Amino acid sequence: MIESDAFVQALQDIGVDFFTGVPDSILGGIIAELMERRLYTPAVREDEAVAMAAGAYMSGKVPAVLMQNSGLGTSLNALISLNVIYRQPCILIVSWRGYQGKDAPEHLVMGEVMPQLLDTMKIPHRTLSEKAAIDDLKWLAETFMKQRIPVALLITKGVVRGLHP
Amino acid sequence: MRPEQGTMQSRAMAMAALLELLTDQPVIICNGFPSREAYKIADRPTHFYMIGSMGVASAIGLGVALAKPNKQVVIFDGDGNVLMGMGTLATVGALKPKNFIHVVFDNEVYGSTGNQPTISNVVPLEKVAKAAGYVNVERVREREDLVYEFKDMLKKDGPSMLLVKVNEMVEDVGRVMLDPPDITKRFMKAIE
Repeated sequence: MIESDAFVQALQDIGVDFFTGVPDSILGGIIAELMERRLYTPAVREDEAVAMAAGAYMSGKVPAVLMQNSGLGTSLNALISLNVIYRQPCILIVSWRGYQGKDAPEHLVMGEVMPQLLDTMKIPHRTLSEKAAIDDLKWLAETFMKQRIPVALLITKGVVRGLHP
Repeated sequence: MRPEQGTMQSRAMAMAALLELLTDQPVIICNGFPSREAYKIADRPTHFYMIGSMGVASAIGLGVALAKPNKQVVIFDGDGNVLMGMGTLATVGALKPKNFIHVVFDNEVYGSTGNQPTISNVVPLEKVAKAAGYVNVERVREREDLVYEFKDMLKKDGPSMLLVKVNEMVEDVGRVMLDPPDITKRFMKAIE
């Protein structure tokens, strides 16, 4: 398992310096670490977080938005009509609830369709693995710089340490 | 005239009065007619014109305000937009960026889609903002009050909301003739 402080440090090392989002239990450890480092600006909705990140990007920051995959639905319009159309990149750290059909009922449909949804939106995505984590983050930084659109890193349960072991 | 009683100015007239008072401040302008009118009245590289993503103008402005604490950030918003992203009033009220001036042109209709009524005739948005934690809020109708209060807000620590009651008149304007990626690049360079 990746420790949350190591994960946050790795994001900072690739240049991310503006963090916002809406919490999920899978992301609990990461958000706690970000708050301890006073790096996290909480949002009330995922599309708000995406738009704040866009404003921060235009002000010279490298932004990341943390969200549960249900929030992808909420932020669809901002991602397409703002980020994609205006070529404003953003790193999306998305928890993959409903992964492999094992979760509460409200997560199952989004959990199943999320990869196709991201493909349809032409948002590049990769699932974080403990073994290839360094590679995954390198890919994240490169895609952000090259494509100038949102790029998603998906996080399944148990890959990064959460709040409750 | 539906909104409140008496003579009111058009949004374009109110906007022109405000743009005269601004110089190099970043201005985020919401989608629909407001962006198109601002583009026609005075096109500046410090303007970020939205063409879609309704409801998030103030969130974009908040991102700029947090990342550029030494620049005063102005948002030109509409009542329909504020209602759609009303949660952002709470985020702004909680974070209290001092450099955040939220102007809401309130015509009580969705003007860009055929003047369907909003609900801002019964929901006073500046009171919602005040309750959410905005430091200064004012509701104005007359041009003199608009200019006076905006000048005052430029001098004060925010977050501030200036709600401007306007009529439903729309200027004869075309679309914003800039490619969105160029709007991004130009805005970024202008506020560097």
